[in-house]
Amino acid sequence: MPSYNRPGPGGISRRNALLGASAGIATLAMPRLGRAADETIRIGFPTPLTGPFAAEARDQVKCAELAVKLVNDKGGIAGRKVELLVRDDKLNAGEAATRTLELIEKDKVHAVVGALSSAVQLAVNEVTRARGVIYVSISQSDTINEAKDFSKFTFHEALNPHMTTAAVARQTLKKGMKVAHLVADYAYGHEMLRGFKRAQAAIGADTVGEILHPFGAADYSTFMPRLMSLRPDVLCISNFGRDQANAIKQAVDFGIKQQMKIVVPVILHNQRLAVGPDVFEGVVGGANYYWGLETQNKTAAEFNAAFRAANGGAIPTDYGAYGYSGVGSLLMAMQAAGGTETDKVVAALEALQYDLTKGPQHYRKCDHQSVQSVLVLESKKKSAMANDSDLFAIVANDPGADEMLRSCSELGHAT
Amino acid sequence: MDLSLIIMQLFSGIALGAVLVITALGLTIVFGMLGVVNFAHGALFMIGAYAGLYLASLTGSFWWGLLLAPLLVGAFGMLIERVLVRRLYGRSVDDPLLLTFGLSYILVEGVRIVFGSDGIPFPTPSQLIGVVDLGFGFFPKYRLFVIALVAVVLLALWLMLEKTRVGLIVRAGARDPQIMRVLGVDIGRVWLAIFGLGVGLAALGGVLAGPMRSVNPEMGTLVLAEAFVVTVIGGLGSIVGAVVAGLMVGVCISMVALFAPEMATIVMFALMAAVLLVRPQGLFGLKGRA
Repeated sequence: MPSYNRPGPGGISRRNALLGASAGIATLAMPRLGRAADETIRIGFPTPLTGPFAAEARDQVKCAELAVKLVNDKGGIAGRKVELLVRDDKLNAGEAATRTLELIEKDKVHAVVGALSSAVQLAVNEVTRARGVIYVSISQSDTINEAKDFSKFTFHEALNPHMTTAAVARQTLKKGMKVAHLVADYAYGHEMLRGFKRAQAAIGADTVGEILHPFGAADYSTFMPRLMSLRPDVLCISNFGRDQANAIKQAVDFGIKQQMKIVVPVILHNQRLAVGPDVFEGVVGGANYYWGLETQNKTAAEFNAAFRAANGGAIPTDYGAYGYSGVGSLLMAMQAAGGTETDKVVAALEALQYDLTKGPQHYRKCDHQSVQSVLVLESKKKSAMANDSDLFAIVANDPGADEMLRSCSELGHAT
Repeated sequence: MDLSLIIMQLFSGIALGAVLVITALGLTIVFGMLGVVNFAHGALFMIGAYAGLYLASLTGSFWWGLLLAPLLVGAFGMLIERVLVRRLYGRSVDDPLLLTFGLSYILVEGVRIVFGSDGIPFPTPSQLIGVVDLGFGFFPKYRLFVIALVAVVLLALWLMLEKTRVGLIVRAGARDPQIMRVLGVDIGRVWLAIFGLGVGLAALGGVLAGPMRSVNPEMGTLVLAEAFVVTVIGGLGSIVGAVVAGLMVGVCISMVALFAPEMATIVMFALMAAVLLVRPQGLFGLKGRA
């Protein structure tokens, strides 16, 4: 827990002396960054290190650090070193806005990458676009693509709910199927629900019920009787982080899997680890990345190898990969622009063709959404797992295409 | 909407209430007897879940974890009482509150350091996997077991407090510790045991919750809030109050989940506000205590 230590009243006690000493050490370890002549390129990185998405956030940081390290190892950008400034946004929009403002005003960052909640990223985007600082968002959102929230400084590296739900629905829903939704009652859940319903309309699958649950709920038992009484063929659970683990676990406890298939928009590596293979068995969901892609994709194999080398043999996760490609694409654009001048970097990002984790990607001109492949994964049965990391089978790997996205005119951009 | 769904929903509410009762019980006992508001209750709930998981994997049996974790964590609670809380008796109620509040941060960070901040799977014991047909719907075996165990714990507590000599001393000690001292009872030992009991109950709640939720360092945060709401509705210090309020809150959440699911968390706070307006001391609380 970070805190603002204030020495208490009175003289110098041993405790105060210790406080002062540790503050001194902290200052030495983090040299002041206000110097304008500093040649270092600074990237701000707000992410929810504490709270229900902590596991995913930590992977984002590890991967972002890797992207920075690889560039620094090669001599940096135009001879300048790159530094990543990680801040805990506590999954709170207000906190994120404050931290981002600090990063811009006090730490003088050249760009911001990060956030892990759809609501929080919009708060970060508000701050960055008002100050003309580049922001590469690595959290799923449809809203950030829309003209209302867009600015020329806003880039979206993550998948968006529209792409994810369409890919998942294509693999799991058929005409005439009945679908029930359990949805976290905040921006992410609402956007996923909207995506699924749009995909259902195209396929011809009917919605038999929608249940919104409070964000961060620990107990889902009271939603189960109603969901079962709806008798759907498929249950779509649109929530994130620990909510996903708890909701699926409790649905399975109630025997829901015997009655219907469980589908999620985004199947999370860390949450599958948190509740085990038996609970997730047969659950299908979308993903931006899965390490097992390495058998069919050269870039994935290289990314995995670099991550393993830097992290003692561990494998990168889905949200981790966003940290890598988000920071990595930005650094590639800075490389191309020869520095940090915002307009040049924006132009370089718009022109960039990059392949950092899983195949070719580029930012679409009108809304700066990264056009990229979408994976659909199915959680493996325990007996089918080759090792502890062998979590998912790749059901589909849809290559990136402009047709996956909503059109520029639908989003309100001038075409 | 058919009747069986409503019955099923009521039943889910009672099951949820049982979990709330067990978490609120330890909090209310410690306050009632010692006048200490234990803000580390949620963290100790979490410690209980981790201890249960660790002991279960060590012994290879959930049942050993369920038995030993509350005892061990309860003993840890007694250590906390002896070393930390005891020094603050007789001071304003804020002091132990601040102490335990700080302690909760230390415990959560400690677990993060030792076990990491990721969730850890806590498998349901194999005997209790699956569902039972109750006639009006299917219900997980494990949750039925939790209801039964909570009932047994409540009965045991009631017998101990009302029917034994120890219980008599405890009840008398809560009323007038001074007189108890005069009568030659070492009230310090009674307080030690009560604090241990309260912490042990928190840990029991944690172990029981383990197979229903993912086990992670922050799992106690929400539980503390829930336990407080239940305790306040029931009346601080009242065991009967905790039971009635726990079940009431569980059923309220469940019924609201049926008609306005997004309000399911808010409803317990609304209920608390409503009760406090009518009875500021809670349903079963004594005047001047809350």
